[in-house]
Amino acid sequence: MSNNVLAFAESRGGDLRRAALEAVTAARAIADVRGGAVHAIIFGAPGIGAHAARLGAHGADAVLVVEHASFADNNPEAVAATIASKMAGYGAFVCAASATGKDIAPRVAAKLKVPVASDAVAMTASASSITVTHPGYTGKILQTLTLTASPAVVSVRPGAFLPKENAKAGAAESVAPAGDPAASRVKVTETAVGNTAKLDLGEAPVIISGGRGLKEAGNFKLVEDLAAAFGNAAVGATRAVTDDGWRPHSDQIGQTGRLVSPDLYIACGISGAIQHLAGMRTSKTIVAINKDKEAPIFKIADYGIVGDVLEILPVLTAAVKQAKASG
Amino acid sequence: MCIKRVPDMDVRFKIAPSGKAVDESGLKFDISDFDGYAVEAALQIKEKLNAGEVVVISLGPDVVQETLRKAMSMGVDRAVQLKADAVPADSYSIATALAAELKDGAYDLIMFGRMSIDTAHGATGAMTAELLGLPVVNAISKLEFDGRTAKMRRELEGAYELVECSLPAVVTIDEGIARPRYPSLKGIMAAKKKPLETKPAQLAEQRLALDAMALPPERSAGRIIGEGSAVVPELVRLLKEEAKVL
Ligand SMILES: Cc1cc2nc3c(=O)[nH]c(=O)nc-3n(C[C@H](O)[C@H](O)[C@H](O)COP(=O)(O)OP(=O)(O)OC[C@H]3O[C@@H](n4cnc5c(N)ncnc54)[C@H](O)[C@@H]3O)c2cc1C
Ligand SMILES: Nc1ncnc2c1ncn2[C@@H]1O[C@H](COP(=O)(O)O)[C@@H](O)[C@H]1O
Repeated sequence: MSNNVLAFAESRGGDLRRAALEAVTAARAIADVRGGAVHAIIFGAPGIGAHAARLGAHGADAVLVVEHASFADNNPEAVAATIASKMAGYGAFVCAASATGKDIAPRVAAKLKVPVASDAVAMTASASSITVTHPGYTGKILQTLTLTASPAVVSVRPGAFLPKENAKAGAAESVAPAGDPAASRVKVTETAVGNTAKLDLGEAPVIISGGRGLKEAGNFKLVEDLAAAFGNAAVGATRAVTDDGWRPHSDQIGQTGRLVSPDLYIACGISGAIQHLAGMRTSKTIVAINKDKEAPIFKIADYGIVGDVLEILPVLTAAVKQAKASG
Repeated sequence: MCIKRVPDMDVRFKIAPSGKAVDESGLKFDISDFDGYAVEAALQIKEKLNAGEVVVISLGPDVVQETLRKAMSMGVDRAVQLKADAVPADSYSIATALAAELKDGAYDLIMFGRMSIDTAHGATGAMTAELLGLPVVNAISKLEFDGRTAKMRRELEGAYELVECSLPAVVTIDEGIARPRYPSLKGIMAAKKKPLETKPAQLAEQRLALDAMALPPERSAGRIIGEGSAVVPELVRLLKEEAKVL
């Protein structure tokens, strides 16, 4: 078995995603124990190889660059087939458990006839096995799982392995795709990117989330203003709000939405239903603003303010702006 | 459709003495959330086409029969239990057993949940598709048909994709497709007479083992710092000096 580890360098629309650097960082943790090298693999339209240097700066000894026009959009069949065809030289494959990574990992694993250890928040490697901690039961239970299959296929939860600078060669090597990527049976006909300036919920250190207590869709402006005042914040929502169409479904946090663990989570007019808590209870610091002092959200909030969110938000936004300005 | 029996999540779990399972006493069980959406979506397709047969499969001990009956009470035509002493942690092993059952079924569409709500691997559907040699589209929130082409929508972080694929195919279901219906009394009566077949599950070797389950560390109890916008300066001070997030 090879001690080398292959990391999936996720990109979208030609841009490298933070998930790529997290995968490389997690791969490094395995390779360093085993005395192996980390290679990253990146797919994209011609030109994507330019990201090799950044992958190298975060710990990739080499970067396999697979350029083809049909990798401009997601092409999971061809991506998974190419990765699987390269795995003979590796003892492990690591990707982030992002929407794309979760799509790729089980495909690669099944092609290699091995299981996948999904969505790890912690990981320890030995020469022949990898043990992961994987939250289940809507975050209420931590499962410890040991993977003994070879190669090992692991996906790591976004945010759990923060990208670390770790200068390695990052030497780019051009690699041909396995088969004809244009012949994939699954075709993406359109990729609609939201506001690209907007930070992704999985990547933002701060999340400002709104619930039905905001009274109407238009009042989300107050939440967006607070997010803008932080500068490093994304906006989330409860299902009550996404069901009513105030916010897109992709903003939903909870059991059936996104699972997030930012440094700071501010819940505005959110009751704190168990299904919502399932998606955010691992946030480092939680602030809640709710007019009902009995609201369950206060049971898990580090700092609670009882009061009208519509009145408090503008005051908080101004105070955050001022705090940011004064450093 | 492949459905999994899972406990209701709206409880405080206790760990069983083995340290490797939840204590099941007092827990209620039902169809895993996303699998329930898949059942509803399948029934709606059948109703629209006014043709076809909807089949559910569940791998596990005899208690899964209750879950299969529930699906049949919603309108599913027949059920298959792949009998195993327990549901293993290794999703590749589960996928091999499901694929062995599905391969001769000549199904046009095979649906899974995007992940099971308890063990949350998010892997079984795509793995089964690979084993069957069928195309798979993961985590779809919309599904329509144009002849034998499925047109789907997949949510990504801050974006979405429109995806097409021709049948037969495997899809894994995200939220947003359909809210599962409640079984009617008539449905519950009818389900008792619908066919439920039991076969041994052909599980592959286990190479992903569950070593332990634990409850995550409790958050310290919440603290209300005051009322109204007057406490905003205090909040900002705490965020800066105590939590150090500002
Ligand atoms: C199977 C299932 C899955 C689910 N998955 C999710 C999920 O993934 N994510 C999710 O979020 N939910 C989910 N839910 C829904 C969840 O149960 C709750 O219904 C939802 O989270 C409630 O949203 P909310 O807090 O915005 O609304 P509400 O519960 O209506 O709460 C509104 C809150 O705002 C407060 N309020 C009102 N006016 C003001 C004001 N002027 N100022 C300050 N506060 C005010 C109220 O006191 C109240 O606490 C799920 C439910 C089910 C059954
Ligand atoms: N024991 C099982 N029996 C039938 N289907 C299952 C079983 N386990 C998982 N599945 C299916 O696979 C999906 C994904 O499960 P998982 O990979 O465990 O997250 C579920 O939503 C079900 O559709």
